[in-house]
Amino acid sequence: MISSALILCAISSDSSGASDVGLANTSITAAGNKADLRGKIPLNELGQEISAPPAAISISAEDVAWDAGGVIKISWQPAAGTTSATKWIIERSEVLAAGQGAGQGAGQGAGQGPWTLVAEVPIAETNAVASKLPPDASFFFRVTAVSPNGSSTVTTTKSAATGHWNFFIGAKLPLFCAILLVSACVIYFILAARRGRPMKVRRIAALEAIKDAVGRATEMGRSILFVPGIQDMDNIQTVAGLTVLGNVSRTAAEYDAAIEVPTSRSLVMEAAREAVQASYLAAGRADAYNADAIRYITDEQFGFVAYVSGRMVREKPAACFYMGCFFAESLILAETGNSIGAIQIAGTAESSQLPFFVAACDYTLIGEEFMAASAYLSGEPDQIGSLKGQDVAKAIAAIIIILGVVLATGAAIAPQGAMPAALEWLKGVLGS
Amino acid sequence: MAEGSARIMKRLVPMWIAIIAGFVMLLSAFFPITESLGETVGEIFNVVAAIAFVLGAGSLAKVNLAKISRRDQGWGYAAITLICFAITLVVGLGKIGVPQSTQFPLLGWSGEKDAEGSIFGWIYEFALVPITSTMFALLAFYVASAAFRAFRAKNLEAILLLSTAFIVLLGRTFAGVVLTGWLPDWASGLRLENLSVYIMQVFNTAGNRAIIIGIALGVTATSLRILLGVDRSWMGSGD
Repeated sequence: MISSALILCAISSDSSGASDVGLANTSITAAGNKADLRGKIPLNELGQEISAPPAAISISAEDVAWDAGGVIKISWQPAAGTTSATKWIIERSEVLAAGQGAGQGAGQGAGQGPWTLVAEVPIAETNAVASKLPPDASFFFRVTAVSPNGSSTVTTTKSAATGHWNFFIGAKLPLFCAILLVSACVIYFILAARRGRPMKVRRIAALEAIKDAVGRATEMGRSILFVPGIQDMDNIQTVAGLTVLGNVSRTAAEYDAAIEVPTSRSLVMEAAREAVQASYLAAGRADAYNADAIRYITDEQFGFVAYVSGRMVREKPAACFYMGCFFAESLILAETGNSIGAIQIAGTAESSQLPFFVAACDYTLIGEEFMAASAYLSGEPDQIGSLKGQDVAKAIAAIIIILGVVLATGAAIAPQGAMPAALEWLKGVLGS
Repeated sequence: MAEGSARIMKRLVPMWIAIIAGFVMLLSAFFPITESLGETVGEIFNVVAAIAFVLGAGSLAKVNLAKISRRDQGWGYAAITLICFAITLVVGLGKIGVPQSTQFPLLGWSGEKDAEGSIFGWIYEFALVPITSTMFALLAFYVASAAFRAFRAKNLEAILLLSTAFIVLLGRTFAGVVLTGWLPDWASGLRLENLSVYIMQVFNTAGNRAIIIGIALGVTATSLRILLGVDRSWMGSGD
C-alpha cells in the first residue's frame, strides 16, 4: 500500500531553456514542509535530465624545460561528454613547508596552501601554462569542467610539480646567437680598424648638414634648438641623441652659437649638461657654457611640446635638431619648426614617426643612420669599424631573408618536395 | 691631482657604471640566475631618476625665478608656471582632500594622492587632461599641413607617393567601395579597398621591416660600442 507519493507540482523554464520541476510529497500536509521537499531537476527540450559535465579523466603537470623557472605546463585528458561544458578552470595549491600552516578548504590536504585560479580556458583546450610561479616552489593542480548546469568534480594531480630554474632560457637561443653573431662582426671590424685596415663609410647628408645648420644659426645670430626626445636615459635612442648633442654643441662652441636644450626628464638634463659642458671644454670655450640653457621642462608629453613649440615661435631658432625617441609630438615640433623657417635635422628609431619627420624636416636620419651618427661624426677608426661590422651583419640578415623567400616560394610551388621541410627547419632555427 | 680625480669621477666612474649595468641587463635577459640582478639595476635607475627629479625641479624654479626677477618678456607666464608648480606640489605631497584609504583606515595619509575627491585628482582630471587633449587635437591640423606639403607632385617620387596615398586613403573610406565596388569578382584585386590592403600588407610591411631590421642592428652596434667603452661621446668629449 502506498502511503505517500511524489507529485509534479510546478514546471517553469528559464532563459537557457532548462526546465525546473517542483515535486511535493503527499504524505506531508504542511505547506512549509512541502516547500522544503521541493527540488530542481534541470531538463532539456526533450524532457531529459541535464547533469553537470563529467570530470577530466586525468591531469598531469610538468616543469617547462629551459625556461626562466616558475613555469609549469598542465595537461589533462577530458572525459567523453565534456563537450556540454563551456570552459575548464585550472587552479593551483602550493605545497607548504613544515610549519607554514595547514590546508584550508575542501579537498585540500595538510601542508597545502589555498587553491588559487591559474587560468580559465575554452573546453576544447587540453593544456594550460601556469607562469610567474615562485621559483623552486611545488604545486598541486586541479581542473574542473564548468557548464551552465554546474561544475564537474575536480581532478587533481597525483603529485606536486616544481618549476625549476634553468641556467639558460632556451626559447631565446636564436636571439642570443644573433646577438653573438652581430657582436662578433662588430668586434672583428673594430679590431681590423685598429690594425689600420681602411674603412669607407657612405656619406650621410643629414650629418654633413650639421655644420651648415650651426653655421647658419651663427650667421643669423639666432640660437640652436636641440631636443633629445622625450624618453629617459634608459632608452638607447636618448643615449644616441646625446652623442649627437655632444658633436652639435662642440660645433656650436667653435662657431660661438648659442644652443638651447629643453629636456623632459631630469636625468637627461643632467646627462645633457655633462655632454655640452665637456664639448665646450674640448672646444676651448669653457667660459661660454651656460648650464641654464639645458633645462628641465616637464615629464608631461604635451606640456613639453607646448613649451618647446611656444619657445620656437617666440625665439625663432635658426636650426632645430630632434634626436631621440619621439611619439605624437614629433609632427607638432617639426611643423612648428618648419613654419618659422628653421633648418631642421631629425633622427629617430621610432619607425612610426619617421614619415612625419621626413615630411616636415630638411634632413632625417632614418633608424640605423641615427644609431650610426655618433660613430660617423667621431671619425674614429674604432667606431667606423663598428659601422662596417654592422653592415656585414645586415648582409647576413639579407641572405637569410632571401633564403627564406626562396624556400617559402619553393614550398608553395612544390608542397611535396624537400622545400617545406627546409622551410620548417629554417623557421625552427630562427625560433619562429 | 685634482684634475685626475675629476676625470675619474666624470669619465671613468660613469663609463664603468654604464658598462657593468649594461652587461648585467644583457645577461639577465638570457640567464635566469642574473634576473634579480637585472631587476636591481632597474630599481637603482628608478631611484637615481627620482633623485634627479629634484635637480629638474630646481632647474625649473631657477630659470623661471630668474626670468621674473629680470622682468623678461613674458615673465608673467613664468610666474604662473611657478604658482601652478607650487600648488600641485603642495596638494600632491600633502594629499590635501584625499579620502582615507579603506584598506588602512587607521593610518593617516594612507589614501592615494589622485583618489577621487582629492584636489590633486581634480587638477589632473579637470585641468591637465583637457589641456593635453587640446594639444593632442592640434595634431590633426599639423597632419593636414604636412600632408599638403609632402604630397605636392613635384617629381616622379612625389607623384608615386601621392598616388599611393590617394589609393590608401580612398580604400580606407566608404568612397573606395562606392567608386570601385562595381568591378567584377575576377577583377576584385583592383577594388580600392583591396588595393589599399595589398599596399599596406606587402609594400608597407616590407619597407617597415627593412627599417626595423636596420634599427635592431644599429641598436646592437651602438650598445656594443657603449658597453665596450669605444663610444664615450654620450658623456660629452670622447677623451
